[in-house]
Amino acid sequence: MTSPFFTFAIAAAQVLLGAGMLFALLRLLRGPGAQDRVLALDTMYVNAMLLVLAFGVRDGTGLYFAAALVIGMLGFVSTAALAKFLLRGEVIE
Amino acid sequence: MSGDIAAVLVLLGALFSCLGSLGLLRLRTFYERVHPPTMGTTLGTALVLAGSILHFSVLGSRPVFHEILIGGMMLVTTPVTYMLLVRAALRRDGDDAPG
Repeated sequence: MTSPFFTFAIAAAQVLLGAGMLFALLRLLRGPGAQDRVLALDTMYVNAMLLVLAFGVRDGTGLYFAAALVIGMLGFVSTAALAKFLLRGEVIE
Repeated sequence: MSGDIAAVLVLLGALFSCLGSLGLLRLRTFYERVHPPTMGTTLGTALVLAGSILHFSVLGSRPVFHEILIGGMMLVTTPVTYMLLVRAALRRDGDDAPG
């Protein structure tokens, strides 16, 4: 069913997404501003979501889809809350 | 065969996302750094989702479109968060922000 090329391409995609998460992590550690760290965290969320989707395609199960959906929604909420905090000094006014 | 096409789509999406993260690491100012990750969140996500839709449609022998949920959500939420973030950065930088 699964050809060697399929296995290789999905593995390569997972390596690329892991490298993307590593780049975002380096930016998260380096800064220099708080807004850079929030942006890096958002990028890490997106890369992690795509990584989970790639796992789902590799295994052929729909279970990973729900996890990716939850990661995407939590990423949006956390980034919006952090940006609001940077903007106003408090999350909920 | 169709699995290979789906794998190529996922690989291309992962490549775009990785390049976006690399741009986030390499560029100099914050206002330049905002741009590259949007490529990962739009084109990267779209390609990975297209590969996922194709793969699960072939596996299930029926059209599967629930990945559209993630795509639509990313499409709507990304501009909102980045606009909030840039607005916060402008306020924090004060007057010396680049035009």
